[in-house]
Amino acid sequence: MTIEFEAPKPIAQTQFVLKTVAEEMMRSKSRYFDDHEHEIPWDYIEFMHTAMKAMGAGSLAPKERDNGHDGGQKEKRPPIAYQSLAAQIEMLAWGDVGFYLVTPGGGLGAAAVQAAGTPEQKAKFLARFMGEKPTLGAMCMTEAGAGSDTSSIRTRAVLDEKTNEWILNGEKIFVTAGDKAFNEYEKLGKGFLVVWASIDPAAGRAGMRSFVVEGGTPGVKVTKLEEKLGIRASDTAAISLVDARVPFDHILGSPTVEKTTKGFKGAMATFDATRPLVAASGLGVARAALEFLKEKLAENGVEIRYGLPRQKLTNIEREVIDCEIMLKSAWLMVLKAVWMADNKQPNALESSMSKVKAGDVGTKITQKAVEILGPLGYSREFLLEKWFRDAKITDIYEGTGQINRLVVARQILGYSGAELR
Amino acid sequence: MYSFEPNEEQKMLIEAVGKYAANDLRPAGREAEEGGSLPPKLIDKGWELGVLQASIPEAYGGFGDRSAVTGALAGEELAFGNLAGALAVGVPSLFALPILLGGAEEQKQEYLPKIVEGNWTPYTAALIEFAFDFDPLALKTTATLAGGEYVLSGEKAYVPFAKEAQAMIVYAALDGVTQGFIVPKAAPGLTVADEAEKMLGLNALPTYRVKLDGVKVPKANRIGGDSGLDFERILASMRVANAAAAVGVARAAFDYARDYAKEREAFGVKIAQKQAVAFMLAEMRTEIEASRLLTWEAAWKLDTGKDDANVDAYLASTGAADMAMMVTDRAVQILGGHGYIREHPVEMWMREGRGFAMWTGFAMV
Repeated sequence: MTIEFEAPKPIAQTQFVLKTVAEEMMRSKSRYFDDHEHEIPWDYIEFMHTAMKAMGAGSLAPKERDNGHDGGQKEKRPPIAYQSLAAQIEMLAWGDVGFYLVTPGGGLGAAAVQAAGTPEQKAKFLARFMGEKPTLGAMCMTEAGAGSDTSSIRTRAVLDEKTNEWILNGEKIFVTAGDKAFNEYEKLGKGFLVVWASIDPAAGRAGMRSFVVEGGTPGVKVTKLEEKLGIRASDTAAISLVDARVPFDHILGSPTVEKTTKGFKGAMATFDATRPLVAASGLGVARAALEFLKEKLAENGVEIRYGLPRQKLTNIEREVIDCEIMLKSAWLMVLKAVWMADNKQPNALESSMSKVKAGDVGTKITQKAVEILGPLGYSREFLLEKWFRDAKITDIYEGTGQINRLVVARQILGYSGAELR
Repeated sequence: MYSFEPNEEQKMLIEAVGKYAANDLRPAGREAEEGGSLPPKLIDKGWELGVLQASIPEAYGGFGDRSAVTGALAGEELAFGNLAGALAVGVPSLFALPILLGGAEEQKQEYLPKIVEGNWTPYTAALIEFAFDFDPLALKTTATLAGGEYVLSGEKAYVPFAKEAQAMIVYAALDGVTQGFIVPKAAPGLTVADEAEKMLGLNALPTYRVKLDGVKVPKANRIGGDSGLDFERILASMRVANAAAAVGVARAAFDYARDYAKEREAFGVKIAQKQAVAFMLAEMRTEIEASRLLTWEAAWKLDTGKDDANVDAYLASTGAADMAMMVTDRAVQILGGHGYIREHPVEMWMREGRGFAMWTGFAMV
């Protein structure tokens, strides 16, 4: 081991390919799909599915094979699955973060299966993302009364011992790609939702489990598609579950209610893996905005003079330099968090810090770029105003900046949830 | 590949330097700050850790190769102990590293062994000038070639250990480009002020005003000889050092404030249990990490010869200076009234925190 910052070759190659995708397939359609909320960018979805299958990826969820565990058949490669995923996501989000969120491959749903599922469950549920048609997955965590406070989830799962099925009841909101993962579309394969529910409300967090709910399951309905500030190419669904039945082995991980928070910790472990990835998507948008800002400034004869003492910098230069410092360091924090994940090091602190930072950075850079460019920044002639709206979600979903600060604070202080509320 | 783990040698170095920082530098810090000087024995002990010696190849009397990453790791650890002490220990680097990186072969052979083979000796460098718009790339101190000699004129400020220095590198504008010149002790025309400068912080590091009134040095004293020096690269290395030291000071302030917040009670709970305080600490820790990684990357780019290393070093030091001010200010804030009194070290760190915006030229890795 040593300290190094060279992008591994496979990552650099994928980024090169994805940049073309981002420019050709995403940027050119960004405005249209922002204006036509709830229309589905089929061209992008189908293209990405074909492309990823051709690359042998199939799913954006990291695979064991890529993680250096190939049964000793081949020479062991250093594990870079999460690192390359972060780089891919950053590049796709640079293209269009709304499109990125409808990239086939399972998304957070697959990530949850990957993090909490048994080997059998992974084999069973993840294979579909390599199928004929593009397929999506989604994660149903948030409820009207339970946002970041995931422990107060009301959705219930009761085992029907006669049929050995789980019966789910509850209302979920803010499910990213929930519609495409659940509803049937001619051009999509059958996806699934991962639904978080309690199997024992008295047990609190210990009773929390996640369930795979197949697309089209009776009793489950998409009740609403949210209209949003940004990321409009992606659907954000409200989903109701009324006596929805799922097979016994669709509970991820252990079905028994131990008096521990293991199940809940499974959920949190999912977030340790996915927070830096969400952070990466925010940084992709931020980079797009910063590049656009610098391009427009250069067209107007404003060059950034790196190396000058701050007393000699113009205000615009100083602000652009600050944005670059924020973006670069935030990206390095994401890289460190996913590098730790790849190397099986506990990364709860680094993961949350990267999300805190990326939420701030995405918000500040896009806001600053609009401000500096004035009428150009505010105009819908350009995509900058859209990126300003798109970027804000990074500071909100997968834990708001505040809840992530709380997670960071508990980690650095060694406090439990009870000690620091 | 990406990797964020120091190698085995670096880990051993961090451990050794960390012990010295905690056991020697830290306890001596306050008295040195109040008294305006560091015990020579303390500096010698730090010198014996061999941070610079490990950066100089065997051919020139050292026992290793220069690595900016290793230097940054050591710099952070030292500054965590005490900044003045850290900078004092590293002063000979200000002279040795530009020669190693950009000097002519004869210069390396002449100077490097006598610096690294002996005890700590004050070889130093003069970069900063006393002006609000001081710019290392547009110096007011000039060098002109006349009759086969370089003639140096101007005034330098904040030159560490200038009073005792055996020799110093004076940076001056030669046809508008910053170049380095070796000026020996007692060169005619060179005046070092009698009294050390007084500053907002860093009182334990003796720094002096230096006047150059037509100081003549032979052509052979220009660093790099006739082809000169890539000063921007040297500046980048100084900026990385500055950033690493800022991370060290900020980490010291953060640790202290965190421990204090976990001890101090108000309204029946520890103040760390209040979100207002806990969130401040979370942001401090996050920004320290951000700066550290930026510093590491810039250092790695220096080591691997990347073209954009200079820009990255600039970003790292600019970011670290702001970060250090924010973190040290908050440390004082978290201690409240106790933060303002000199019994606790945080007021000192806050004064140091403000300095990183102008300290490029005080350290090199």
